[in-house]
Amino acid sequence: MAKQPIVSLDQVIKTYQMGSVEVRALRGLTFDIQEGEYISIMGPSGCGKSTLLNILGCLDRPTTGTYRLGGQNVSDMGDDELSDIRGLKIGFIFQSYQLIQQLSVVENIEIPLYYQGWPEEASREQAKQYAARVGLGNRLDHKPMELSGGQQQRVAIARALVNDPLIIFADEATGNLDTQSGNEILAIFDELHQQGKTLAMITHEPEVAERAQRMIRLRDGLLESDVRK
Amino acid sequence: MSESNPSSAPANRSTKFSFNRFRRTVLLGLKSLWLHKLRSLLTALGIVFGVSSVIAMLAIGEGASYEAQEQIKKLGSQNIILKSLKPTANDKGSETSSSRVLEYGLTYDDVRRIQATIPGVTVVVPARVIREFTKKRNRRIESEIKGTVAWYPEMRNHKVSKGRFFTDLEVTAKSPVCVISQSVADEVFRMEEPVGSTLKVGQEYYRVIGITENRGSASSENAAASETETAVYEVFIPLTTIRSRFGETIMKRRAGSFEAERVELHEATVQVDELEQVINVSLVVKDLLNRYHDKEDFKVEVPLEQLQQAEKTKQIFNIVLGSIAAISLLVGGIGIMNIMLASVTERTREIGIRRALGAKKKDIIIQFLIETIMLSVSGGLLGVALGISVPYLVTIFADMKTIVTFWSPAIAFSISALVGVVFGIYPALRAAEMDPVEALRHE
Repeated sequence: MAKQPIVSLDQVIKTYQMGSVEVRALRGLTFDIQEGEYISIMGPSGCGKSTLLNILGCLDRPTTGTYRLGGQNVSDMGDDELSDIRGLKIGFIFQSYQLIQQLSVVENIEIPLYYQGWPEEASREQAKQYAARVGLGNRLDHKPMELSGGQQQRVAIARALVNDPLIIFADEATGNLDTQSGNEILAIFDELHQQGKTLAMITHEPEVAERAQRMIRLRDGLLESDVRK
Repeated sequence: MSESNPSSAPANRSTKFSFNRFRRTVLLGLKSLWLHKLRSLLTALGIVFGVSSVIAMLAIGEGASYEAQEQIKKLGSQNIILKSLKPTANDKGSETSSSRVLEYGLTYDDVRRIQATIPGVTVVVPARVIREFTKKRNRRIESEIKGTVAWYPEMRNHKVSKGRFFTDLEVTAKSPVCVISQSVADEVFRMEEPVGSTLKVGQEYYRVIGITENRGSASSENAAASETETAVYEVFIPLTTIRSRFGETIMKRRAGSFEAERVELHEATVQVDELEQVINVSLVVKDLLNRYHDKEDFKVEVPLEQLQQAEKTKQIFNIVLGSIAAISLLVGGIGIMNIMLASVTERTREIGIRRALGAKKKDIIIQFLIETIMLSVSGGLLGVALGISVPYLVTIFADMKTIVTFWSPAIAFSISALVGVVFGIYPALRAAEMDPVEALRHE
């Protein structure tokens, strides 16, 4: 573990202005994520999980403190630079899948490549390969509406992987799924972990969190515990 | 899941907006618009009607003014037409006391003076007009007997369709010949060949030597209509002949009393050599005539002036149409903007997803802007098609001349594209300025 961490948070504070009240969602978080780690982030609602994920996913910037992703300080980057970071280095998996309804499976998987300026044929090929990897090779031209929840989430996983990101963030990835589909998704996560991918997932279900190799607990915007198995 | 890692293809991450990327964005836009076919169609309809009504109205206006201008041009744009005018009641007070005969109008002296004093004036065509009956057997019609000179048809753009006009020699010889208009030929010579036969005008007989086309009909299309309605029965006789046969005084019986008029010339045409001098010469002529006429018994008509007036009217017409066009396209544009704003709100999630997956603000702006432009441009294209076909139908069904100029569809279409840009910018900016986190959470 002497390598440079992929994610490195240093005294990250995030405050929101809700009307006249100042909400302190994160009150000084410091932790690292190493390459190849599979971690889960837990905590009761309102503990700052979502805020943390938004910052980790470069969708939002910390109010103070620094966040380094792959050695790059992203905490003071501009909007366009953050867009590029998201498109290049981050894979997202959301609770509600977040697929674009009018696009087909393969077109949805292609989106990150499209914004990275990949040529059409190459990106189509890449998207097909990843669709096949999550077992949807025969559903390429289906619309998300025509797929089950588990299948939709697998499309989202393929989309998160297609740009070969540094780290994959999953936000309650199994929250909308029945147990069986959820387990399928978690099996895929395990496999990704075995292949050496770095994964961070947010969950409030302890049994889901248990599958990760490291568990982080948040409470009131602060780190409560950080347990490695 | 296979172990083989898909090849990380060389990410050609050029931020340049390549043609290929543009094509894909257009396809994406088409897909989004196609998803809401009816909505897209209704939205574009505003532009369709805006553009088509502009083109159609301009075409009809252009056609109407073309007809008016053709009619004026027939009078000859280099001509100044002088006409005798019966003085109004208060003007002739002094005249009636001295003689029972009302004397007024242009005189041969006037013509001589104009020819002698104004430079750049080549021909003066004098003409005398008398209303008389023309007879052939039992058919008689009241017609305009015009005494004139040999070069009259050439100057006034009269076409001789059959036979010939009289010559200088016939004018000098006071020959009893006449040229009749087609309307007279149709009316009086129903069953026989007019050219070569005789016609009784007033109390004298004349030999018909030619037929002219009817005047007053602008285009051949509606000539049929004017022949029966507005055609003037005209008979042309050498000026010298009319002078010797009818004299200078005309007696008219009216409601039991006699009224005598003495008019030397009813009409004279002055042709000016240079087009730019027409207006100036007309002023000089007016001045010259005023010096010898103490009554308002003549009138100066300048076809060129009328032509310019017609141009001016057309310009005003175009400005009015332009404003209507601008307003209708504005309304169409607002309609498009309204729908695009609704569409942006509706697709908040999509915007959030795209932003999370690496789309820059610029990418979102381009996506929505292209969608709006496609909406307005396809509306514009439909509008051009409709706008070109409507005047065509108007010509067929309403028998009106219409002219679709090249620039009217071109301008209308480019304005519709511009409308797309102008009214697309705000919704696109709204879409781009959304917070990705908020957008992803949007239901």
